[in-house]
Amino acid sequence: MSMIQVSNLKKSFGDLEVIKDMSTAVEPSEVVCVIGPSGSGKSTFLRCLNRLEEISGGHVYIDGADITDPKNNINEIRQKVGMVFQHFNLFPHMTVLENLTLAPIKLGKLKPDAAEKKALGLLDKVGLGAKAKSYPGELSGGQKQRVAIARSLAMDPKVMLFDEPTSALDPEMVGDVLGVMKDLAKEGMTMIVVTHEMGFAAEVADRVLFIDGGYIVEENIPNELFGNPQHERTKAFLSKVL
Amino acid sequence: MDTIIESLPMLWEGLKMTLYIFAIAIVLGFLIGLIMALLRLAPFKVLNWIAKIFIDAIRGTPFIVQLFFIYFGLNSFSWVSLDNVWAGIVTVAINAGAYFAEIIRAGIQSIDKGQTEAARSLGLNQSQNMRYIILPQAFRRMLPTITNQAIISLKDTSLLSIIGVADLTQRGRVIVSATFEPFTIYLALGVMYFIIIYLLSLLSSYLERRFVLR
Repeated sequence: MSMIQVSNLKKSFGDLEVIKDMSTAVEPSEVVCVIGPSGSGKSTFLRCLNRLEEISGGHVYIDGADITDPKNNINEIRQKVGMVFQHFNLFPHMTVLENLTLAPIKLGKLKPDAAEKKALGLLDKVGLGAKAKSYPGELSGGQKQRVAIARSLAMDPKVMLFDEPTSALDPEMVGDVLGVMKDLAKEGMTMIVVTHEMGFAAEVADRVLFIDGGYIVEENIPNELFGNPQHERTKAFLSKVL
Repeated sequence: MDTIIESLPMLWEGLKMTLYIFAIAIVLGFLIGLIMALLRLAPFKVLNWIAKIFIDAIRGTPFIVQLFFIYFGLNSFSWVSLDNVWAGIVTVAINAGAYFAEIIRAGIQSIDKGQTEAARSLGLNQSQNMRYIILPQAFRRMLPTITNQAIISLKDTSLLSIIGVADLTQRGRVIVSATFEPFTIYLALGVMYFIIIYLLSLLSSYLERRFVLR
């Protein structure tokens, strides 16, 4: 069974049809990078996967559960789907450690001491063990994003969604964040990454989706998609960014 | 000077009454404001309208009219019996509640929606998001405006003397009618109100520093 199954997804904002018809599936441990011009619907696609955007048509199945089915509790489904945002969205009134332990404790997943232990382990893993007691405002952009990744991992998600995780970072911070994501991919995490980092997509992705005009125009293994694009629009886009 | 010293015990009684009314009314008012703000933002049109009508009705009418409506108007029904102190408390609470509702609504809306998205994506439901993520941040931002409204409400309690509540102002009026020294007595009243309000604003700035967003 696919980890994520998207069939005939549609999403409109009022009269504006952002996603016209998209279908794809993501298998367990697969790393899928989503590329495309700005305004093409990449981020909206990603945000539909955990229902941060209500979808207008079609279906999304996470681990077999239809996220639009009212019988399924969306809050439980979201616990399985970690999300990392362009602007980090850390909770500024809490320490780094509290950012990581809040959800596991309040959602009854872990006892406070166990949550703290796990959080400290995750912070070590992203190289920020020393920052547990700091507040988000005291961290650099790259550090914030690594904390945000650790915060999502604290819920033991089955899938991680990344929405342009390095776009708001200073160039010298990008490497650290991509490094953490590479490690995660190696460990077998299922990942969907909306990104402008073509190098990362080429190196880490199992498959790349090119989205434009509300459709998945082309999808393929990175070598093929970057080296031998089939569609004119893919070629035009790649010629601008590569 | 002698008059003031002689009237101090009475003014002290009045001050206690003022603070008693203020303390209860401000807590009730805050709860009313919080509930109304949440109704105002709820995803149901009917609830939005209920809150909006309440807020507009209170903001669009004078405090004195509200006080008379509650004390004389509502008490004309046989099943209502509010003494003047409780009529006063209820009026101040409802009045403050309408203003708090707008302050709290604006505070909640000022928090970046990325915060809600992060919280919801972790699996927190909407009320957990409000409780742990949005409100703690919003209250810090609202603190100066909340203090401002609390100060206005404290001063509004002086109007309760009109329905005979034995608050600080009413005690002052009684003393003046016995001593014929309005200048000194009202000056003393003013100083007492000023001290309370000054302490209130000190408390507020302390809380602001204490809970500054890092």
